[in-house]
Amino acid sequence: MTANTAKDAATDAAADAAAGVPPAAPRGRIARVLDSDILYSFLRSKVTILSAIVTLVFFAGAAFAPWIAPHNPFDLATISILDARLPPLGMEYSDPRFILGTDDQGRDVFSGILYGARISLAVGFLSVFFAAIVGVMLGLIAGYVGGKVDAVIMRIAEVQLTFPAILIALLVDGVARALFGNLDRERFAFWILVFSIALSFWVQFARTVRGSTLVERNKEYVQAARLIGIPRFLIMIRHVLPNVIGPVLVIATINLGLAIITEATLSFLGVGIPPTQPSLGTLVRIGNDFLFSGEWWIAMFPGFALAVLVLAVNLLGDWLRDALNPKLR
Amino acid sequence: MLAFSIRRLLQAILVMLVVALISFTLFRFVGDPVNQMVGVETTPEQREALRERLGLNDPIMTQFGRFIVKAAQFDFGTSYQFRQPVSDLIGKRLPATLELSLVSAIFALLVGIPMGVYTGLHRDSVLSKLFLSISLIGISLPTFFIGILLIFLFSVTLQWLPSFGRGDTVAIGWWTTGLLTVSGLKALVLPSITLGLFQMTLIMRLVRSEMLEVIRTDYIKFARARGLRQRSINFRHALKNTLVPVITITGLQVGSIIAFAIITETVFQWPGMGLLFLQSVQNVDIPIMAAYLMLIAFLFVVINLIVDLLYFVVDPRLRADRAAL
Repeated sequence: MTANTAKDAATDAAADAAAGVPPAAPRGRIARVLDSDILYSFLRSKVTILSAIVTLVFFAGAAFAPWIAPHNPFDLATISILDARLPPLGMEYSDPRFILGTDDQGRDVFSGILYGARISLAVGFLSVFFAAIVGVMLGLIAGYVGGKVDAVIMRIAEVQLTFPAILIALLVDGVARALFGNLDRERFAFWILVFSIALSFWVQFARTVRGSTLVERNKEYVQAARLIGIPRFLIMIRHVLPNVIGPVLVIATINLGLAIITEATLSFLGVGIPPTQPSLGTLVRIGNDFLFSGEWWIAMFPGFALAVLVLAVNLLGDWLRDALNPKLR
Repeated sequence: MLAFSIRRLLQAILVMLVVALISFTLFRFVGDPVNQMVGVETTPEQREALRERLGLNDPIMTQFGRFIVKAAQFDFGTSYQFRQPVSDLIGKRLPATLELSLVSAIFALLVGIPMGVYTGLHRDSVLSKLFLSISLIGISLPTFFIGILLIFLFSVTLQWLPSFGRGDTVAIGWWTTGLLTVSGLKALVLPSITLGLFQMTLIMRLVRSEMLEVIRTDYIKFARARGLRQRSINFRHALKNTLVPVITITGLQVGSIIAFAIITETVFQWPGMGLLFLQSVQNVDIPIMAAYLMLIAFLFVVINLIVDLLYFVVDPRLRADRAAL
């Protein structure tokens, strides 16, 4: 982010100079942010502000779930089967303790959503984080080293692009089951999920970074660095990386929404997070069984929470893409 | 054209070989195939005999070669969970998946293209904004949740349409079709909307952005200057030129439709390949997993190949370029 704002400020200054505006006096970091295009375009778009608020509410709700949630759905001592299948407030037989009703085991749906969002967001963030690290590294190496290394990395990326993320994740899960057995798999389910989603998302990062690395590597500062004998590895990390990292943030935001959907889908299909530690997708899976008996709230509330979260993240991603790179619009 | 086709064909074969290698590795090294076939009371000698008979002691390259030859004939051995040949199991379920995919692809095209044209031509109308908002929501809603919403609305609440299964099917040779019976058609509605919605929004956005680009070009201005009717400009001149990327994306999406069918088939308990694959993942039924992987890869590769060749049919400029080379 800092690299970006700095770059934007630099281009601003260049534009000012070109327009004949005298260069502004050196400004502090905060003043620069307050004056930036990014903040301006953020404040101009009501949808973006709204989605940022929604996203923040979800983050806060997920992060502080143990303190905010009225009940702890994992604490067997506090849940009672007598509270099972209570409808949400406003319907007949509802209980004021459970504003969004309860599921088949008497767990509070609202608390379940808070704890579920925690797991969904954790899987989403971690998998995008790992995908970005692997993708940026491989893209950097492919673009900078070139030759056979480039060809091999990009061929792998192409073959992988042939398969949708969900299929790769399912295959990884199947292999994990075969290798670990079902019991161990449940214990590692979280990390298997992170791994399989990261595995299917790195390609986009790698391709983008490779593209901009190809441009950067021929620039004068890289040639100068090479000339004074800085090792290849250091040039890549210290000089090229800061200049190609910009778009990564945009891709990461857009992929966060996708990763959350992928996680939810896998959990819904029953190959993701086990029901003992339900994510939003697992909650919908549990609720799906009760749709026909009229207990719609068990599936619908977590489902809508998921949809709103993903929509907000996607809108933020769209905005970020437009704000950082107006050409892409 | 010929050189290009041959090069693409070679690439396609390479991709298939890589996928075959992955399938083979799955098949051979993930879990011991012998362990899956025999009972607990089998003696080590019997196991060794079986191992020898199956050719599992041969050099790896020989085994891989044999795997490819068998895969080319669609022989993937016997399913661990059903004790039936994998090819029979998949063959029985293939029609259900293909029918569902085809119908949802047609739905996506028939609804997506006109919506895209409209939103491209009338950028700022209220209806366009509505379409775009719907498309954004369509992209953000996970497929399985769309399915659940549709089931809740049309099956549980209104009770208009069935929520699971294929309805009655008619057998034509080995192919079973639900397209010829009323209950079969009814059963198709919700699953194909669920499966096609994402593709529909994708196509709509694509056609829209292409239209926006095309109507700015000189030949459209010229057509307008010639006094052609607006309808004829829009559809004969503009739409035609937006179709190349639409064909590409649609082609690529057909593959992902088949893959996403896994989700839709689970929600609607649709008896297709996707459901079979999901069961095989849950039960570690490696032969089915390997076969499904190969089949999907094959479909992808064939579709990509067809799409690449279709360019030449659709876009005469490409033909001229290639001829000049």
